[in-house]
Amino acid sequence: MKKGEVFGFLGPNGAGKTTTMKMIACVSPKTSGTLIVLGMDPDEAPAKIKAGLGVVPQETNLDPDFTCYGNLFTYARYFDIPEAAAAKKADELLEFVQLTEKRDITVEKLSGGMKRRLILARALVNNPDILILDEPTIGLDPQARHLIWEKLRALQAQGNTIVLTTHYLDEAARLCDRLVIMDNGRILVEGTPANLVREHAGREIVEVEKSAEVVSCLQDLQIPYEVAGDMIQVATESSRDVARILLDRCRPEKVITRPATLEDVFLKLTGRKLRE
Amino acid sequence: MPHILSIPPVSRRAIKVWHRNMTVFARTWQVNFFPPLVEALLYLFAIGMGIGSYVKEIAGIPYMAFIAPAILAIAVMNSAFFECTYGSFVRMYYQKSFDAMIATPLSIEDVIAGELLWGATRSVIYVVIMLPVLAVFGVISLPLALLAIPLAFLGGLMFAGIAMCFTAVTPGIDTLNYPMFLFITPMTLFSGTFFPLTLLPVALQYIALALLPLTHLVAIMRMFTQATVSPVLLLHLAWIIMVTILCCIAAINLMRRRLIV
Repeated sequence: MKKGEVFGFLGPNGAGKTTTMKMIACVSPKTSGTLIVLGMDPDEAPAKIKAGLGVVPQETNLDPDFTCYGNLFTYARYFDIPEAAAAKKADELLEFVQLTEKRDITVEKLSGGMKRRLILARALVNNPDILILDEPTIGLDPQARHLIWEKLRALQAQGNTIVLTTHYLDEAARLCDRLVIMDNGRILVEGTPANLVREHAGREIVEVEKSAEVVSCLQDLQIPYEVAGDMIQVATESSRDVARILLDRCRPEKVITRPATLEDVFLKLTGRKLRE
Repeated sequence: MPHILSIPPVSRRAIKVWHRNMTVFARTWQVNFFPPLVEALLYLFAIGMGIGSYVKEIAGIPYMAFIAPAILAIAVMNSAFFECTYGSFVRMYYQKSFDAMIATPLSIEDVIAGELLWGATRSVIYVVIMLPVLAVFGVISLPLALLAIPLAFLGGLMFAGIAMCFTAVTPGIDTLNYPMFLFITPMTLFSGTFFPLTLLPVALQYIALALLPLTHLVAIMRMFTQATVSPVLLLHLAWIIMVTILCCIAAINLMRRRLIV
């Protein structure tokens, strides 16, 4: 990872994203291999490493015994931040995540989006060298997601290094400078979102409704295709040409052309089988 | 994987966990102040005056004075045990507070050590509030009875350690009722609390001394509140210190096993 970069871990459920985050955060021990976080080994200097990390966990674990302000203030204390500095930082961060109005309200009364924002603020109390976000916008409505994204982009602009996991591929495409797609604990590909799309899904996608006719027609024309449910997808550099050929030769019911996305790469690499 | 009795690496940061619990406690102190006060009065009236009007005295001691150290010892046991079973379980399982804490420089060992210290502190607070009530009734001998305060910390730490071992292995909050009914309740009754241990059959006396931690706590408490200190105190104290060390170490290692995956 490079300093100042937003790095994403993508993968289906059970791919090992959260486990990776937990290992980086010195919470889960690694079973083999080497891991260096902030130039240190998590087995040897966990407290020192953790002092430089800010973690937004997947699960909301705010302290229900405290107010919004109390959560930030108490958390700052765990980092050995002196009380006066902690108090100042808590108020600054509440303003940053737009929760100043909720300062003295217990966290149970917050909405889901507010809770996630407060957790983001909590992860920033120690001015972390690396911000680790495990599914930062899980379960949020579009408004709340956009607000989190806006805050993350602001942090990115300030030069913060951010690691995040997500299954929202639009989120990854939007935020990440570089990402990996992983499955079964292994990294499948690594690169910038744009490069990954170009390399693995082509520039554009033509979708046609699946029928025996179209399938045999594509086979005759020797055009590579993929079946996705009741649609057939053809990855191409020029959707217009492919669409024209299809319309002329195969008489499909419906043809859709669209730009290729990270989702196409993701599904191609990790398959369409449902993960439990 | 560390052995269950290997010395856990606890740092001074454990105090921060204690501080967190203290802050929450202090905010609701009015509520927390009340139970010890009422509990002392309830025991004194119900058992002291009720049964006391028949029993009058045991071994030359007025009955109320006989049960006064038991009231203190039971309070030490209950407050630490409750705190480190239900209290800690709620913080660990429902509030996920431990997960949040170990994302900071705090280690899981620090967190559990902080919880144990806090459990012991609850016992101290309880005893500090109860002592003046007992003093007003004239059933304890001051100033020696003030030693009940440091003793409350030691006894509290012992019960906190035992409690945390149960918390570390319990599948859910409901199963925490078992140690309450099968361990705490019998102990409350058969540890030389409301009648002398010597009334039990000899075999049961040995079992109580070997297995019921409260027996030893009540015995020392009684020496302090009655100003009847004897060398046997050292034996009781040694037993408590041993069990405290073993249980606290085991508790931290068991919790680590439960939480670090």
